[in-house]
Amino acid sequence: MSSVGEILDGKGICICAGSGGVGKTTTSAAIAAGMAARGLRVCVLTIDPAKRLADSLGLRDLDNQARQVDPKLFERHGIEMKGELWAMMLDAKATFDELVARQAPDEEARDRVLGNRIYQQISNALAGSQEYMAMEKLFELHTEGRFDLLVLDTPPTRNALDFLDAPRRLTQFIEGRSLRVFMRPTGLAARVAGRGASVALSVFKRIVGFDLIADLAEFFNAFSGMVDGFQARAKRVNSLLADRRTCFLVVCGPQGEPIDEAVYFHRKLVEAKLPFGGVIVNKVHYPAERLRGDGGDLRAALAKKLGDEELAGRVAENFSDYQALAERDARNIEHLAAELRTKGVIRVPYLDEDVHDLAGLAEINRYLFASSAERIEMAAGRA
Amino acid sequence: MRGYSHDSSLFLPTPKIARNCPIPDFLDKRLVFVTGKGGVGKTTVAVALGLRAASEGKRTIVCEVSSQENASRIFDHTQVGFHEVEMAENLWAISIDPDEAMREYVLLQLKVRAMRDLLFRSRIFTYLAAATPGLKELVTIGKIWELAQLDRKVKRGRKYDLVIVDAPATGHGIGFLQTPRTFASIARVGPIHGQAKTLDRFITDHTHTGVTIVALPEEMPVNESAALEQDLRSEVGVAVDRIYMNGLYPERFSKQEAERLGELAGAKDGLARAAARAALSEHSRARSQRAQLSRLRRRVEAPVKTLPFLFEPELGVEAASQLARRLH
Repeated sequence: MSSVGEILDGKGICICAGSGGVGKTTTSAAIAAGMAARGLRVCVLTIDPAKRLADSLGLRDLDNQARQVDPKLFERHGIEMKGELWAMMLDAKATFDELVARQAPDEEARDRVLGNRIYQQISNALAGSQEYMAMEKLFELHTEGRFDLLVLDTPPTRNALDFLDAPRRLTQFIEGRSLRVFMRPTGLAARVAGRGASVALSVFKRIVGFDLIADLAEFFNAFSGMVDGFQARAKRVNSLLADRRTCFLVVCGPQGEPIDEAVYFHRKLVEAKLPFGGVIVNKVHYPAERLRGDGGDLRAALAKKLGDEELAGRVAENFSDYQALAERDARNIEHLAAELRTKGVIRVPYLDEDVHDLAGLAEINRYLFASSAERIEMAAGRA
Repeated sequence: MRGYSHDSSLFLPTPKIARNCPIPDFLDKRLVFVTGKGGVGKTTVAVALGLRAASEGKRTIVCEVSSQENASRIFDHTQVGFHEVEMAENLWAISIDPDEAMREYVLLQLKVRAMRDLLFRSRIFTYLAAATPGLKELVTIGKIWELAQLDRKVKRGRKYDLVIVDAPATGHGIGFLQTPRTFASIARVGPIHGQAKTLDRFITDHTHTGVTIVALPEEMPVNESAALEQDLRSEVGVAVDRIYMNGLYPERFSKQEAERLGELAGAKDGLARAAARAALSEHSRARSQRAQLSRLRRRVEAPVKTLPFLFEPELGVEAASQLARRLH
């Protein structure tokens, strides 16, 4: 059975995907640190790390640039950095601006786009642009070739899949070339398209207002010179995602809802012919299977040992509550493994301490990079 | 060079929060947004609030906005869809699909049937609607607003006392609530400009609209909740009514008891040892959660209420009802 180290052996890109709140950022950082410890030059791209995680990695003033994490920080927690760990916090707006600057034929065209109100809206707020920019930055770093491995912590969109679809949606939007012709009501295209189109346009104008239409037309005009560049790039991004040196890891929690989302996500990856590497389940209540017992006996045994009936009752009750959660987790994970037709489910236990600093990261790391037998041993030692 | 940074002068200002008017009790408002980071239990809390309001005799509807049907999951997997579906006595649910909302909006705008048909058949309309930034979010909020009106725009629309929205997760949540104002800025004239302003006024009117944040007693969710409260105030112009700290463990063991159990955790008897260790884990988590709870209370202005962790394998109606009884 696999550990993260085996799954990522020989890979150049690792994309951690999952819905919000399942510990994706922490997992991504722990994976990157573990691979760097093995001697690789790794960069983790993250979207919004908790402040303390960022602080502990020395990422206080991160902009859109990769910064190296001080290896000494890890050595303090017993992780020897044979390679290098770099980290970067993605700024979607800045990446979009850079991309426009790169694709624009000249400065005037660039400034027209950057100054356009519609552009400012899209680059700031349009659903999908953050996801698209994450892909874009990944592609850029990959092309530069400075790193052996890039680990991407995907944006915490509620629908974990948005980012897969983002390049297509955004290029479709930007390709609004065909739209421009309709915006000139006397244009030949409008006549060819017939009365329907021009009436539709005029109705739309009436609803949203002429100004907005004018801004949109302006935007598409300004963008028109860059469409081909954007398209070509999106195509290359897509083929990079499908490359066999790319690996998607699905991160989830053990409850029903995140498990269902992981199953759904895996199905989408398979449909899109993208390389699925494995699944990591965080915060698992470990390990019920070796510790099943009869509640009544336990209570009596505890009472004898503690000499306190009432406390024994609470300890037994607490134990049975946790056992119920552990059984639920085991059931859900079994279902997950069956749906994904994989045995390689990596379970990270629910730790006593909330994971937000380097010590927690180091502990997560031990589980991710252990073999499955070692993981069971480690968890049993804790339980 | 110009326009490199987001020029805020182009956009309408964030309204100041009025502090001197009487604010109705949270569930006596017409509209409540339930916000927070992903995975904190927003849907469960939204449904619990809905059940609570319904039990007080308020006709309540819970809205989902990102077509995930989480609420229907709670109610035994009945698909909700773009319909007002009755879930329990006095409680309805709807999942607002932006395309459906757009269609309904156009139907309400255009009274001439031929024109509507023409518009829906036209590819250019679909295209324009998709290409206009924020339009989908705007019609979604428009639908939420419509549900909250006593004078419903939809024919024979049911009158609700309270609309509860399971809002998108944090980052997107701010953008979502800002949509009307942003849209009123980019569409400077036309009917939609006026409508967007109406929506913005409604959202930022503390007497009608309430906002709650759901948090978890962990480092990151506490940080994000504090930041979210700040952003809601400065960027949307709404004050948070209350924050629910969700999933709080019971404090089953005292410090002295934990010490006694510490000895047992080294015992030979496997089962007793495991039980003692589980108790110690619980003790340590409960303590760190209490620390996070006080940290949150120090960092936010809104009152923080707590909700217990439920030792339930799956969070269904039963769990939501349990929480509903614990809401205060």
